[in-house]
Amino acid sequence: MDFTSTVSLKVNGQPYQLTLDNRTTLLDALREHLHLTGTKKGCDHGQCGACTVIADGRRINSCLSLALMHEGDEITTIEGLGQPENMHAMQSAFVRHDGFQCGYCTPGQICSSVAVLQEIATGIPSHVTEDLTGTIALTPEEVRERMSGNICRCGAYSNILDAIFEVAEGTP
Amino acid sequence: MRAFTYERATSVQEAANLVAAYPNAKFIAGGTNLLDLMKLEIERPARLIDVNGLELDRIEATPEGGLRIGALVRNTDLAAHDTVRRDYGLLSRALLAGASGQLRNRATTAGNLLQRTRCPYFYDTNQPCNKRNPGSGCAAIDGFSRQHAVVGVSDACIATHPSDMAIAMRALDATIETVKGDGTGRTIPITDFYRLPGETPHIETVLEHGEIITAVVLPPPVGGRQVYRKVRDRASYAFALVSIGAVVQSDGTGRIAVGGVAHKPWRSEEAEAELANGPGRAAAVLMADARPTEQNRFKVDLVERMVAAIFTEARG
Ligand SMILES: Cc1cc2nc3c(=O)[nH]c(=O)nc-3n(C[C@H](O)[C@H](O)[C@H](O)COP(=O)(O)OP(=O)(O)OC[C@H]3O[C@@H](n4cnc5c(N)ncnc54)[C@H](O)[C@@H]3O)c2cc1C
Ligand code: SF4
Repeated sequence: MDFTSTVSLKVNGQPYQLTLDNRTTLLDALREHLHLTGTKKGCDHGQCGACTVIADGRRINSCLSLALMHEGDEITTIEGLGQPENMHAMQSAFVRHDGFQCGYCTPGQICSSVAVLQEIATGIPSHVTEDLTGTIALTPEEVRERMSGNICRCGAYSNILDAIFEVAEGTP
Repeated sequence: MRAFTYERATSVQEAANLVAAYPNAKFIAGGTNLLDLMKLEIERPARLIDVNGLELDRIEATPEGGLRIGALVRNTDLAAHDTVRRDYGLLSRALLAGASGQLRNRATTAGNLLQRTRCPYFYDTNQPCNKRNPGSGCAAIDGFSRQHAVVGVSDACIATHPSDMAIAMRALDATIETVKGDGTGRTIPITDFYRLPGETPHIETVLEHGEIITAVVLPPPVGGRQVYRKVRDRASYAFALVSIGAVVQSDGTGRIAVGGVAHKPWRSEEAEAELANGPGRAAAVLMADARPTEQNRFKVDLVERMVAAIFTEARG
């Protein structure tokens, strides 16, 4: 019986080959093995969104995925989006608008926000999209619905929305 | 989580063989339900067969004019597919009403059909639960049962099936294509796919051990106004209390599949025949054998009101 396996994946542009206990989630691989602790463990059951990362261009809950299921994937974490001296536009907007209080959910919120704008731009509909066959308008309602998988216990939601709109409209 | 061996299947038949050969083996697709349950040791597979490498992620037109949806098509891709949006709007709507953007990006068509109940006592390993631990009893029947089933229930289990997508698939008369470990395949109409709890609530579908779902097939579009309405405790990111997937034709006939009320998507031909006598009659027939608890009696009224509202609005 072999309870360990090897996986090759790219994280923030850097290739890694990891030999892991099969049980290791992508979240634990990032935090415990690669020491990329920006991605947070909240509920560990896909309910809070703190562990959101971008895998092959799509946001996912890294807690509900085995690292082994990401063979060949390109993962982007909050560290890969930007660094303090070279922030991603969404990171700057969150700072400017106070899109957080304690900050624990923030990496997940920011990864989700970046992906949400991409999803709207590529025409993926949401629960609140009126016309499934029409174009999708960038409205507060659309953004709120799409961000519902990221919970913020400090309740910074309205500032998060402002930050997302600033980036969407390109007006810092 | 218990330790397990892990293999990536390279063909459908290999995947079926690997699971069939080992009583405690399971397929893993998106992992969003299975891993959640493995962390709680409610699911304890000793061998996981990863099916993500199989080429089951395509959506294709069928010669009959319908749509074949690969088992691995992600919920996001199915909801956003042009043909689905145009001809099977009910399915897009149901998918988009479920889970979150992150989860839909991973969740697969087959995994969604096979997700397990959200009964809180099923999740609480300190409680008796016939579904989790056959023969141990049911904590829900005399417990907090506001979320539970009202029709098709048994003395062993009153859990609901939580999938939104399955309600749309039932309303659209989908069929499920499978391959077994012995190499044979079959096509199962969704009406025969799910089981009522009866005495064996731990057996949820007619699938055999090691039988892999390869595709879900939709018949040609049925037209009409297609509606998916979901009533839940918050506006987004919550399971249904009651949901209704409906197709309403201009003459007032149609189809009604109900979620949140039973161990499977709830639909009845007799109820749909009653639509000729008004949506109220149809809803009454749908809920005729309801056996609610004090706490979930409201679901029976809710179904009647939702059916009436949907048919009135769609025709107005
Ligand atoms: C916080 C949260 C909220 C959610 N909210 C909703 C909601 O509102 N509405 C809703 O409908 N759902 C909701 N979900 C559930 C979600 O839709 C399911 O977890 C998802 O659809 C399961 O798909 P998967 O591919 O990840 O399945 P997996 O977890 O990979 O597998 C589930 C089961 O299917 C089996 N399986 C997978 N593929 C195959 C195959 N090809 N053949 C045979 N067996 C297979 C597996 O062995 C396993 O038993 C929610 C989930 C979470 C975590
Ligand atoms: S309703 Fe079913 S799933 Fe819930 S506790 Fe009872 S037996 Fe278990």
